[in-house]
Amino acid sequence: MKITVSGEIKEVQAELTVAELIKQENVETPEYISVSVNDDFVKSEDFATHKLQEGDNVEFLYFMGGGSDGIYK
Amino acid sequence: MIKISGDDYRKIINHAISQLPDEACGLIAGEADGADKLIKKVYLLTNIDHSNEHFSLDPKEQLAAIKDMRASGYIPLGNWHSHPETPSRPSEEDKRLAYDKNASYFILSLMDKDNPVLNSFHIEGSDVTKEDLIIEDGNQK
Repeated sequence: MKITVSGEIKEVQAELTVAELIKQENVETPEYISVSVNDDFVKSEDFATHKLQEGDNVEFLYFMGGGSDGIYK
Repeated sequence: MIKISGDDYRKIINHAISQLPDEACGLIAGEADGADKLIKKVYLLTNIDHSNEHFSLDPKEQLAAIKDMRASGYIPLGNWHSHPETPSRPSEEDKRLAYDKNASYFILSLMDKDNPVLNSFHIEGSDVTKEDLIIEDGNQK
């Protein structure tokens, strides 16, 4: 089946899960990514069971955060 | 070397001041040629931590920004955030959460609000390197 991953159309096996796609795409530091499928965010606990469908649009987003905590003034 | 327009530089400062006392944050996008980066667009995102000492980008806004970058033909170049009361350098938390070794991390200090300081950093693990940043109306950092 065909899905779009980060804007690129890809041919993948039917019923591929989000977790399998993360592995297949060699996503670095997967523990820090959010995944959206058709603009809906998939909970990380559902990565292993969420099966992708033909035509799905998948985006990987890295958590971005930080802050000044701990810096001396 | 990284170049940002004066307009985009002021956009970051104005937004960061408007969000005080909280930290402000966003994304930067544009074009890259080897180590040279040209910032073409600055995104102002919501700090969902609403904190003076922490920030997290709103994932929904982050997704919208990534799509806009792609539609505009730009690539993600990094992110920016403000330090309302501390210097323009990465904290231990900034380093810990800097997962992308290809990104530039902009930090704006508003310790002296009349003289904001914006620096760009390359962060890889605990190694931090200050990057050459040119603000295109003439000021170099």
